[in-house]
Amino acid sequence: MTGPLLVADDLHRSFGPTPALAGASLSVAAGEIVSIMGPSGSGKSTLLHCLAGIVSPDSGRVAYQDRDVVAMSDRERSALRRSQFGFVFQFGQLVPELTCLENVALPLRLERVRRSEAERRAKDWLDRLEVTELAGKRPGEISGGQGQRVAVARALVTAPRVIFADEPTGALDSLNGERVMRLLTGAARDTRAAVVLVTHEARVAAYADREVVVRDGRTRDLARTA
Amino acid sequence: MSIGQTFLGLLEAGPRHGYDLKRAYDDRFGRDRPLHYGQVYATLSRLLKNGLVEVDGTEPGEGPERKRYAVTDAGVTDVQRWLASPEKPDPYLQSTLYTKVVLALVTGRPANDLLDTQRAEHLRLMRELTRRKNDGDLADQLVCDHALFHLEADLRWLELTAARLDDLRRAVTS
Repeated sequence: MTGPLLVADDLHRSFGPTPALAGASLSVAAGEIVSIMGPSGSGKSTLLHCLAGIVSPDSGRVAYQDRDVVAMSDRERSALRRSQFGFVFQFGQLVPELTCLENVALPLRLERVRRSEAERRAKDWLDRLEVTELAGKRPGEISGGQGQRVAVARALVTAPRVIFADEPTGALDSLNGERVMRLLTGAARDTRAAVVLVTHEARVAAYADREVVVRDGRTRDLARTA
Repeated sequence: MSIGQTFLGLLEAGPRHGYDLKRAYDDRFGRDRPLHYGQVYATLSRLLKNGLVEVDGTEPGEGPERKRYAVTDAGVTDVQRWLASPEKPDPYLQSTLYTKVVLALVTGRPANDLLDTQRAEHLRLMRELTRRKNDGDLADQLVCDHALFHLEADLRWLELTAARLDDLRRAVTS
């Protein structure tokens, strides 16, 4: 396809009396890495949640491959998220009772992939994210940086077309943050997955192809102002 | 950066010709700004005059530049003193950016656009450095990280200034 993979157009969303988005628009091409920056409370995470079909906007349009995400049923949106999207958040995303290998295999198991096949693919991704040795450990036994790399492996195991990453390095020191970003963006580029990256850190945003700034719920594409 | 002291430090590993010294310097420190031959030989003759290097031998060659230079004890002491002295932190108090923002506000121009344009340029350079860092070796990573942290500091200032523009406008136009 030649058009954008994912489009948000003039999104508005309020939580009670507080407007989080007040006319936000964004389009992401296949394989493109876009960072969304902005101060705390500017609406950048709400924009990511709308794009990923986690939150519905009060008005405006979200389209994935020309399909209207807002008009989908909950079941359709869930299936879209499982099959096409991967997620990396700041923390608390691994299931504590499962080993790292089982955590990474989990999205495949939910898609009814056989255990042996799911674990084989999960192991490949653990290798790629340089955390092979953690396969048998549980999340409580590993460091924050290692946990993020396991989370990135889990986000990529289903070969998603879009990875949504919300402050993926927010809880990490500089060195671990750099490593997570290098591996995340490297793997995304190798697999032609697009990345929507929310961050308030410029050094993290610099891994993207392009930045969009959100201020007071509105987007501003810096590439078009320069 | 002090080219003289950097030469002395490089010579501590063993004597070198002027050309070798330039190449070693450019590889490690001068990738963006390689030395001119004039700088190399002017620096060496100053170091020689001050007794910080000596000619260790001369090889027959086409030009006069086949002298091999060695660091002297006084040269080693000089490097040691340089490495042990802190550099003066530059507080950037009178930055051009600050001047531009204030001037935009005083003359009623859109300061926010100015900040966004600058921000885009900073981010463009940061992307370039990040690519170079990812493709490079550990020395590239160190030099790029140093630049990236400084650019990030500028960006934080741009962001904070954007958030304070209304107050700043009142302050400079009252």
